[in-house]
Amino acid sequence: MIPAPFQYARPTTVDEALQAIAEGGEDVKILAGGQSLIPVMRLRLAAPETVVDITRVGELRGVREDGDALVIGAMTTHHDVITDPLIAQYAPLVAEATETVADRQVRYRGTFGGALAHADPAGDLPAVALALDAEFVIAGPGGRRTVPAADFFVDYLTTALEEGELLVEIRVPKLTGQWGMRYEKFNRVAQAWSIVAVAAAVRREDGHIAEARIGLTNMGPTPLRARATEAALAGADATPEAIASAARQAAEGTSPSSDLNAQADYREHLVQVLTRRAVSAAAGL
Amino acid sequence: MTSINVRVDGMSYSDDVEPRTLLVHYLREQLGKVGTVVGCDTSNCGACTVHLDGQAVKSCTVFAVQADGSEVTTIEGIAEEGRDGALHPVQKAFHEMHGLQCGYCTPGMIMASIDLLRENPNPSETEIREGIEGNLCRCTGYQNIVRAVQQAAGEMSGADTLGAQA
Repeated sequence: MIPAPFQYARPTTVDEALQAIAEGGEDVKILAGGQSLIPVMRLRLAAPETVVDITRVGELRGVREDGDALVIGAMTTHHDVITDPLIAQYAPLVAEATETVADRQVRYRGTFGGALAHADPAGDLPAVALALDAEFVIAGPGGRRTVPAADFFVDYLTTALEEGELLVEIRVPKLTGQWGMRYEKFNRVAQAWSIVAVAAAVRREDGHIAEARIGLTNMGPTPLRARATEAALAGADATPEAIASAARQAAEGTSPSSDLNAQADYREHLVQVLTRRAVSAAAGL
Repeated sequence: MTSINVRVDGMSYSDDVEPRTLLVHYLREQLGKVGTVVGCDTSNCGACTVHLDGQAVKSCTVFAVQADGSEVTTIEGIAEEGRDGALHPVQKAFHEMHGLQCGYCTPGMIMASIDLLRENPNPSETEIREGIEGNLCRCTGYQNIVRAVQQAAGEMSGADTLGAQA
């Protein structure tokens, strides 16, 4: 199908983009990579009055270091994330999860910020951002503000972004020390969305697990942290038994949906299995 | 309407398009480039894959206005690269290895495969399967598609040493 008609704006700077968003009327959609937006527009599930295409806002692309953080421009494509040397060095979990997103054509167009702002519960990157305690830098008419990942994901397809605002960059704290990471994704066929996935970052110290951060994909309307498992792992021995025991708590506090791909109770089972695998791999077992 | 300037398969075009026009519809309906086909309505099948500034994209998931100022290569524009009128090595390999049954997915498979081989000239079988995961063959003829990509990889790396193929 063909999308409904819309007004089209193509700014080249963040300021121009904010202005175009402000002038766009009641229903404005921001076009980042378009790999989620264009499909829903084609199905006319979305029919915005104005589309603000930010693909030519060059300042939103690229990865840089800023002290203890990596700063990933919202318009950095998945392809560029996968091949970026700074991400490989300081946040390989981001690259590993991004490699599992969709397919190579989609990864050339789709963007890191676009996927996060879309906030699909089955999307892979929100759980990674949450696990890594990323911060979201949002530009608006009144200036910029920073929102922690824990507050950014509000509900199904809903984030802390207000009308008139634009996600400009994501700050990911650099992980230094003995961190291991793993993204374990379960889906049935190529390019399919996650039925459940688990992002784990584990810091080891003297044969035990000092700290574990675990983000869960598709276990509720927003990405979640497996807090009970994290608590059980803090200070635990880095043994298969200790990890398996902690992983059995991975479904605590989750509220997965039932859909064509899986029933809720199956997802609750899956998340325990995948958490065990992800944490084991991240801990080097 | 928005005016765009775009190069497609080596020719320059200036056209007015509605912003909602998908790149694939512009290519097929305004330029007559019907070699690029629409296989699904969901961005899954990859049959409409073209190269936009050298990168494989699903042309049903890009607006034509987004190609303004860009270079587009379709299945119709690859044979001329390098040797005059000859099939591209990937086209030739799909022909020789029977890498198609009904042929509907073939334009997209070839465009995705060329993109894969540009980045990874000697892919393993697994890398080929992952590299073309964005393209569906509903005849399920994947075995020969993979063999075709393997043959093309061999031929292209050989051709590269002779300086004959880009």
